[in-house]
Amino acid sequence: MITKDAERTAPVTPAPSSSATEPPQRPRKHRRAWDEVPRWQIYTPLGIYLVFTLVPFYWILLFALRKPGSTSLVPWPITFEHFEKVWNERSFGTYFQNSVLVGVATLVMTTVVALAGGYALARFDFKIKRGFMLALLCSQFVPGALLLVPLFQIFAELQMINSLGSVILAETVFQLPLSMILISNFIKNVPYSLEEAAWVDGCNRFTAFRVVVLPLLRPGLIAVGSFAFVHSWNHFLFALMFLSNQEKQTIPVGLNTLLSADSVDLGALAAGGIIAAVPVVIVFAFIQKWLITGFSAGAVKG
Amino acid sequence: MAQAAAVAKPPAPPRRRRASATPRRLPYLLIAPAALLMLGFIAYPVISVFYYSLQHYNPTKPWRNGFAGFDNFVHAFTEDPLFWDTLVFSAKWVVVEVSLQLLFGLALALIVNQTFAGRALGRALVFSPWAVSGVLTSAIWVLLYNSQTGITRYLADMGVGEYGTSWLSDTSTVFSAAIVADLWRGVPFFAILILADLQSVSKDLYEAAEVDGASRVRQFLHITLPHLKDAIILSTLLRAVWEFNNVDLLYTLTGGGPAGETTTLPLYIANTSVDAHNFGYASALTTVAFVILLFCSIVYLRLSKFGGESK
Repeated sequence: MITKDAERTAPVTPAPSSSATEPPQRPRKHRRAWDEVPRWQIYTPLGIYLVFTLVPFYWILLFALRKPGSTSLVPWPITFEHFEKVWNERSFGTYFQNSVLVGVATLVMTTVVALAGGYALARFDFKIKRGFMLALLCSQFVPGALLLVPLFQIFAELQMINSLGSVILAETVFQLPLSMILISNFIKNVPYSLEEAAWVDGCNRFTAFRVVVLPLLRPGLIAVGSFAFVHSWNHFLFALMFLSNQEKQTIPVGLNTLLSADSVDLGALAAGGIIAAVPVVIVFAFIQKWLITGFSAGAVKG
Repeated sequence: MAQAAAVAKPPAPPRRRRASATPRRLPYLLIAPAALLMLGFIAYPVISVFYYSLQHYNPTKPWRNGFAGFDNFVHAFTEDPLFWDTLVFSAKWVVVEVSLQLLFGLALALIVNQTFAGRALGRALVFSPWAVSGVLTSAIWVLLYNSQTGITRYLADMGVGEYGTSWLSDTSTVFSAAIVADLWRGVPFFAILILADLQSVSKDLYEAAEVDGASRVRQFLHITLPHLKDAIILSTLLRAVWEFNNVDLLYTLTGGGPAGETTTLPLYIANTSVDAHNFGYASALTTVAFVILLFCSIVYLRLSKFGGESK
């Protein structure tokens, strides 16, 4: 009886901190001494960090929801007039549509192009492979912001200034290198023998890829696609430079307009900020569980 | 021809070698879209930046345009005090920002790598600022730093700072204020990358160390840290390059001000090209920035012995 009880409670009871240095006296399956950091050493720093993380979020909610002129620290009574104003008068409705278009198009283009290239890098040996990989790495050092002038000229030449296509292209290109490296690492993690088995069963390379590899790649593709979406959603300079028509602008540019106005309308700024954050927050809530695994599978080491 | 080949193939018995050695052009076809896009929109612009750096090129002063030799570079290094100021500020910004992010990010990753109640929620919350953009970060911190209604006012009531001063418009506080704002969304980036790598440390190592009586500090120094080395080196480098290049946050948070106090070299370049239309000079500055980045990266990788004997 007693031993049974002891066994049952053992995993739950918080460990005395001294046990960390004691060698285990008997095999304990569920208690790993190295994992037994005293609770306060976790919750105290985490709590402090949480305050630092969340206060800014609270502040923007506060300004977005409380009445203009109010100085209360609680947004009550709640008002949505800032949102209405930003959405209608500051054309955030239009910006939102444009941003969605840019984000989704960048996501699709990046994923498709990077998937093709990533497959080649993962499964073939070809002459320029090393050079190409090197170019991918080097491109990480090329600051998009510093290439604005030549990019502007290229898009002017292509008659794409003032069309969302220019922003989509530019965002895609700057997402590609990292996406391709990530995807090729994901593909390397899928055993080649699976594909070969499918060929034996009569699939050609493409069907084998579609039927066997693609389903296994889903978490990786979701991670890569989300990053592409989030980056293009957040990024601001390309849209600012390549789009001069107000009705073509994206959300970050709209936010910047609110920020750089002579007298900053704090309520509008906060409401605009929340509109900008919502899709990103949704995407991240959705990919949360793939985020860490996605990174560890695809990250630095191939 | 192609059809005949396709017809001839299926009856062939399953020969592994044949299948994997098939089309020699396929990999080139597959990387072609990516390669073309990158050639057109990265490689070509880079080359044209190098080209323009040797030109006087300013659409508002067409009479001066033409070949300039190294005039632009000479001007930057000998006559333009702003160039040196922005260079010094860039270095200060990158070093302080990245080392703080690394320090806090490592600590945060070690904490959320433990098992504790509410871990999933805790992780989601502390990582959330990472998703937030530069402009949105600026918007949030402009609200917080606002002299009349921001958190600075409440802090002033508690005796921290003065009432009615905005930390973003005061030359003595603007640097720390910008650093804190950028830390807010930069620390989670490091934490996520380091956490991802932490998960691949074999638990057996710790159990063995435990049996040998190693303290937690020693376990950290001798197991965790060596394992994380490559990930730390690489993420630090990527982050440093990114912090150097990125202009979103400072452009919208401080606009480089007050009095040029927070103008990084890339921000200065953006202003020179976009506002002043001095494309030739901006291109020369861009070239200098490239060379500096490349040089620092190589030195950094050499010094840190990336991928060296640690594995």
